[in-house]
Amino acid sequence: MTQKTLTHLARLEAEAIHIMREVVAEAENPVMLYSVGKDSAVMLHLARKAFYPSPPPFPLLHVDTTWKFQEMYKLRDRMAAESGMDLLVYHNQEAMDRGINPFDHGALHTDMWKTEGLKQALDKYGFDAAFGGARRDEEKSRAKERIFSFRTASHGWDPKNQRPELWNLYNARKNKGESIRVFPISNWTELDIWQYIHLNNVPIVPLYFADERPTVERDGMLLMVDDDRFPLKPGEEPVMRSVRFRTLGCYPLTGAVESTAKTLPEIIQETLLTTTSERQGRAIDKDAGGAGMEVKKQQGYF
Amino acid sequence: MSDQQVIYKTDALIAEDIDAYLDSHQHKTMLRFITCGSVDDGKSTLIGRMLYDSKMIFEDQLAALETDSKKVGTQGQEIDFALLVDGLAAEREQGITIDVAYRFFNTEKRKFIVADCPGHEQYTRNMVTGASTADLAVILIDARKGVLVQTRRHSYLCHLIGIKNIVLAVNKMDLVGYDPAVFDTIVKDYTAFARSIGIDNFTAIPISGFKGDNITTSSPNTPWYKGPTLIEHLETVEVLSSLDASKSFRMPVQWVNRPNLDFRGFSGLVATGSVKPGDAVRVLPSGKTSTVTRVVTLDGDLDEAVAGQSVTLCFADEIDCSRGDVIATADNPPQAADQFETTLVWLNDEALHVGRAYWLKLGTQTVSVTVQQPKYVVNVNTMEHLAAKTLDLNAIGVVEIITDRPVVFEPYAESRTLGGFILIDKITNATVAAGMLHFSLRRSQNVHWQAVDVSRDAHAALKHQRPAVLWFTGLSGSGKSTIANLVEKKLHALGKHTFLLDGDNVRHGLNKDLGFTEADRIENIRRVGEVAKLMTDAGLIVLTAFISPFRAEREMVRAMLPEGDFIEVFIDTPLEEAERRDVKGLYKKARSGQLKNFTGIDSPYEAPESPEVRVDTTAETPQHAAERIVTELLK
Repeated sequence: MTQKTLTHLARLEAEAIHIMREVVAEAENPVMLYSVGKDSAVMLHLARKAFYPSPPPFPLLHVDTTWKFQEMYKLRDRMAAESGMDLLVYHNQEAMDRGINPFDHGALHTDMWKTEGLKQALDKYGFDAAFGGARRDEEKSRAKERIFSFRTASHGWDPKNQRPELWNLYNARKNKGESIRVFPISNWTELDIWQYIHLNNVPIVPLYFADERPTVERDGMLLMVDDDRFPLKPGEEPVMRSVRFRTLGCYPLTGAVESTAKTLPEIIQETLLTTTSERQGRAIDKDAGGAGMEVKKQQGYF
Repeated sequence: MSDQQVIYKTDALIAEDIDAYLDSHQHKTMLRFITCGSVDDGKSTLIGRMLYDSKMIFEDQLAALETDSKKVGTQGQEIDFALLVDGLAAEREQGITIDVAYRFFNTEKRKFIVADCPGHEQYTRNMVTGASTADLAVILIDARKGVLVQTRRHSYLCHLIGIKNIVLAVNKMDLVGYDPAVFDTIVKDYTAFARSIGIDNFTAIPISGFKGDNITTSSPNTPWYKGPTLIEHLETVEVLSSLDASKSFRMPVQWVNRPNLDFRGFSGLVATGSVKPGDAVRVLPSGKTSTVTRVVTLDGDLDEAVAGQSVTLCFADEIDCSRGDVIATADNPPQAADQFETTLVWLNDEALHVGRAYWLKLGTQTVSVTVQQPKYVVNVNTMEHLAAKTLDLNAIGVVEIITDRPVVFEPYAESRTLGGFILIDKITNATVAAGMLHFSLRRSQNVHWQAVDVSRDAHAALKHQRPAVLWFTGLSGSGKSTIANLVEKKLHALGKHTFLLDGDNVRHGLNKDLGFTEADRIENIRRVGEVAKLMTDAGLIVLTAFISPFRAEREMVRAMLPEGDFIEVFIDTPLEEAERRDVKGLYKKARSGQLKNFTGIDSPYEAPESPEVRVDTTAETPQHAAERIVTELLK
């Protein structure tokens, strides 16, 4: 016998693949939410492993806000082509028409483009199961969410009424109109994700690696001026700094960190030695006090 | 504060040689464990402490923690580690943990996943959930309080779920002056209790989650304790999956991978044992054999796959194999059976309905199952066996179950995958119970259904008809029997082979032992369903006329039959109208209290939500309705 005790990454990989296959076997119309970030990258890679040599038997859905980094759009299109999967890009028409943007509208931007956009997209295509790349170590309310997270017909989440989840038996049954969000990498940590990307050569957006980029400092965050829609305030001047991103979202809402880490081992080194948490650069968790994410999830946010 | 500063010394390696660190991290194994104890035993504090000590807390989180500790903490001006892990808004306010939360940390040797399990009686279901994936359980005891009722309950549940590694963490030693006598007394009490429920081994450690004693480093406050610290023990204990690898090969098939005509693979997670190309395997329940040719993964074919890996297998022969089947080593396959003795943990607010059909999911098999009346339930506080008619939320009972087709299984003690199952309510889809199979009741070992030569199709073909069940449901006096009789006459005239089952020919014979309680009504319908199913196997068109008030039982019968063969006919007569007609004078008796459990009066009628046919008897004549039903049947 070669190796009796699997490493922690081998166990996590096997678990994620098992979860994806259960969904494909039991759901009628599954979809994978793809945000182009590192967690999505790992999730997509796991999907390709789960169904090889078949391509993953579901489409990728990108709920876009039109405010992602340009490099994210490039990688998104490349990965869809490489994986042989259909790519669906959804824009909330109302947010588009009203010109909702992260500079002028704050929390409304996330609410309309992402939360509402996601609900609209799921309804439009009638998806009954949606894979998401959320991890339990990201945030306190995520730590309590099931792997198969049941949503009502109006996409609500009831944290007090979650289905018990025993062994690796997942109950994917639901009534018409109800849906399930499935989190195959629930049990991965940020370090696991980086290690896996490193070991498996998973393609990720170059923004995770340090490079000279035009940035301005605003409200204690380093923001990258990714295109000419960035309204500079009086006195603000983009400065070239060696920066990278620990997490990727809409570029005006995502803070960069000053860094010289240009390789994965260097990134991991920096991650391990850092003294702030990954989501610290994200504005979304701070809304509505300590329970921000929980409230968002009850409303249908992923 | 100096004893709170203890951290793992991995930093040096990370800074000096990240590649060496990554290499070591890559070879770490994983241990999943649960912490359980009663309210205020300090579970969340202990987990918060482990996260803190293993540097899983970042500065921004720590700053928030310090602020929160002063605002809502229960430790005065000191850091309240519990706030790190109590996630949901409600519990932050109440200061209690109300659901299973999963936490992660690493040491130099292992990655850990901790399930933080609540101590409240009403949340037993969450503890069972957390325990089901755990290799080890940490049972916390407050040194000031000793072995409590909840300690017994948690220990029993961990043992029931099959956790072999139990750690007795005697917490809050700082509050009893680190007195060894206190520790010894608790260990002695617990030993006696543990033996009585079959726990042979456990490791007792005196700790303080709040102060950090014996968590990561041996405490100078307990020089009398010579054993490992909690973390040392967690780093070295054997994990469950390595035990699974030495058993016989079994893999439930999740999905058949068929990208093109040249490739056919069977995907699944290896439950136990190992498999390699050239191995002879058997597919259960059919019993067909073949040889493994390839173990396929995206990273290239493997020489061998072991328990815990997700793989895709290819065979030398084109044999039938699909989701729900189990691939096993050819010379030592598991068995299939349809009646079992099990232990159920009831997880739902709505109690067990004895006789009602539920879905049972075991591995990748989903079958319809009925549950018998419990043989007994276990009082988890006293371990007494008590008689019971049903199972309520959090009840644990030994019950017999009967599945509608054979299930490939192994006793839970031998395989969590092939012995652990959940029950699902067919209407609400809620997960209502967790179960563990102990043994099959009929020695139906190696059952492979013998293909009957004269099949269902053959019976039907001879009669030139498609078998079906026309299930008439509605209130007493709604007109079910009248219309069913008309339909049967019309079908007979058309040369169809039919049979009508109603109260007159069933209640006086087959079901004369049954009354009108809810349980008896369920059993009445179950029997009628089974008889109707046998008659359709014989090729007949069956008409049934029963009130059949409960939706779940009608759905149970629907599930017994091939799709499309169950035609629900709802005779929709309003209660006032049925009562006005009162053909048999029953409503009058019920109203006067002479007749109990009468549907519509003091027992509910659950109308069909989407019947195949609905007849409004206030708007349509029986003749017209009968014609419409015949047309629907023969279309």
